[in-house]
Amino acid sequence: MSAKAAVVATALALMAGASTAAEPRTIKMATTTSTENSGLLAYLLPQFTKATGIGIHVIAVGSGAALKLGENGDVDVVLSHSPAAEREFVAKGYTRERREVMYNDFVVVGPKSDTAGIAGQTNAVAAFKRIADAGAAFVSRGDDSGTHAKEKDLWKTAGIAPRGNGWYIEAGQGMEAVLVMASEKGAYTLTDRGSYIAVENKLQLSILSEGDPALFNLYAVMVVSPDKYPKVKATEAGKFVDWLTSDAGRQAISGFRKNGRQLFFPLGNKAAIGN
Amino acid sequence: MVFQMHEIFSAVRLSLCVGVISTALCALVGIPAGCILAAVTFRGKRLVLCVLNTLLSIPTVVVGLLVYSMICRRSPLGFMDLLFTPSAIVIGQVLLALPIMVLFTCTAVSAVDKAAAETAITLGAGRFATAMVAISEARTGILAAVAATFGRLIGEVGVSMIVGGNIWGYTRTMTTAIALETAKGEFAVAVKLGGILLIMSLGVNMVLQSLKGSLRLRTVEERR
Repeated sequence: MSAKAAVVATALALMAGASTAAEPRTIKMATTTSTENSGLLAYLLPQFTKATGIGIHVIAVGSGAALKLGENGDVDVVLSHSPAAEREFVAKGYTRERREVMYNDFVVVGPKSDTAGIAGQTNAVAAFKRIADAGAAFVSRGDDSGTHAKEKDLWKTAGIAPRGNGWYIEAGQGMEAVLVMASEKGAYTLTDRGSYIAVENKLQLSILSEGDPALFNLYAVMVVSPDKYPKVKATEAGKFVDWLTSDAGRQAISGFRKNGRQLFFPLGNKAAIGN
Repeated sequence: MVFQMHEIFSAVRLSLCVGVISTALCALVGIPAGCILAAVTFRGKRLVLCVLNTLLSIPTVVVGLLVYSMICRRSPLGFMDLLFTPSAIVIGQVLLALPIMVLFTCTAVSAVDKAAAETAITLGAGRFATAMVAISEARTGILAAVAATFGRLIGEVGVSMIVGGNIWGYTRTMTTAIALETAKGEFAVAVKLGGILLIMSLGVNMVLQSLKGSLRLRTVEERR
């Protein structure tokens, strides 16, 4: 009988623990794997919560999925890096305002042997063409993420339809998983610099092509419009957007280091770089 | 990235909590349902059993998507704010494991020697009392159903990921943490978490086993 009592007691204790887990003022944010998995949000959000008392629950998915969660009203705020999809999000009225927050850049990484010979090629489209010409293995995110959108843009500009080719591998996974896969297969891939730096020491890959203005990677934040979904916590979410783009937020973004390097660069309030 | 102690604790607690509550809810509904299914005969019973057997192999992500489509904001239950909460995981897990509980209970009760029930009836037992005798005879099998249910749920990742959202410190279970660490290439951390999950499961199963032992002991005493 005592064993039964112990089971019941444990269950009750666990339930009690679970019920206290929800914070009183908490908003939900859908964002990309690059901001969550790099550790940026784990660094930023406690500072925001300390300043405002508002907690944030982060759902880390690809940018496409993050915007979809916003469109369905399942989250209060979206932080993504897929400008074309974000403009559509604005146009459809799912947010009142898209605010650009920070940037870094995409880089083309590949095996140190560089069989396609793209090292030093600063034109990303030219680099992609060489990879396709050489038939060198290329791992694609294939998950409708911001990085995937950028990659598809580059193939389109290059006039290449990579799908269906034996060298083109669609992983359908997050950035770090794709980097690990590319490393294992000795393949090329397109990555945001932040994710690459975050897992660099686990990879047999090098940055081979970088510096093309087309590889600019811009992050923007959007509060889901309460016009569409009255239950959206727009006030709290708005406070997060304001904080993220304030001096305090920008300093926090600049202050984040991974392996001793800065991964994300804040934009000024009215800055409009690149694009 | 360093996986901190309190993060592990939080994930362990959530996994145990959700797993235990889901298993308890499954037992609450599934054991009576399984007993009734064992007791009654009707046309199409074999079809029902066949469907339940098929549901044993339903992919967790499919259950996750099903629940997702039921509780997201645009769905009829959207007003309840269930998506991306531990409650959502419990709902999905109960749906996922209910067929296991019903089917295993049904099998255990069906396997009870008919003589036991007949003896009870001869001794003047009513339908309810007869049913209790059958359940009592099948208790080892029913306990196995509980253990199997818990086992399916504690190691499940699809439902937790889709309707829980893998939110740090809130809906991140052991399994979604393992999936995340694997995705990040942190294989060593992922393996460690897997080890902890197995140890947790061992603990729960030891409790279940001791429960079985104490039940058996009691009947021996009763027979004296």
